[in-house]
Amino acid sequence: MSIDSVFVHKMWDDNELSKMVDGGVPFPMLSDAGGRVGKVFGVFDEEAGVETRGRFIIDPEGVVQGFEVLTPPVGRNVNETIRQVQAFQLVRESKGTEATPSGWRPGKVTLKPGPELVGKVWEVWKTNMAFD
Amino acid sequence: MGEEMEVGCARPTGGPVGSSGDEKAETATPPVKEAAPMIQVGKKAPDFVAPAYQQGKFVSVKLSEYLGKWVLICFYPGDFTFV
Repeated sequence: MSIDSVFVHKMWDDNELSKMVDGGVPFPMLSDAGGRVGKVFGVFDEEAGVETRGRFIIDPEGVVQGFEVLTPPVGRNVNETIRQVQAFQLVRESKGTEATPSGWRPGKVTLKPGPELVGKVWEVWKTNMAFD
Repeated sequence: MGEEMEVGCARPTGGPVGSSGDEKAETATPPVKEAAPMIQVGKKAPDFVAPAYQQGKFVSVKLSEYLGKWVLICFYPGDFTFV
């Protein structure tokens, strides 16, 4: 979503993005003229008149599970976004019985919070597991 | 996917759902002051409607139509802006 019109989105997809992604961008490219939606999400930069690099993860109930906002010159890490979605999905499927520690990615150990785990995390989770 | 829109010469716009003017694209009224717009994790995302371009079509997208699915919304400064 950006302040550009849908017409500019089409030109960008036709002329540039479709050269990076076969068939062009598959998902909707949203237009937010005037930044009205961006203001509500807290990512509209009034001075510059544009939206900053905000990224929101919203669950099936419509609840915001996480967000990240960057200033324009630095791009996002898509892998990290996917990792976070996978983690939130795991937690949701476990109905909150599992939690994902720092550095978790699919295949790594999860934590099962409960009385037995208090003070024992050091036994099941090591600091090197925070890194890939 | 949202429903397809008729496209005329007016630039289609959207906005937060619930504020006045979100159905009328070309009104010149300033956006309604939201009560302290605050996004908080663990709280509902504000609903909105926005025109969109998707795979050769102009469509209208409403966030609440995606209930039941995981949604990622990415804001960015502008088309053709490099990063």
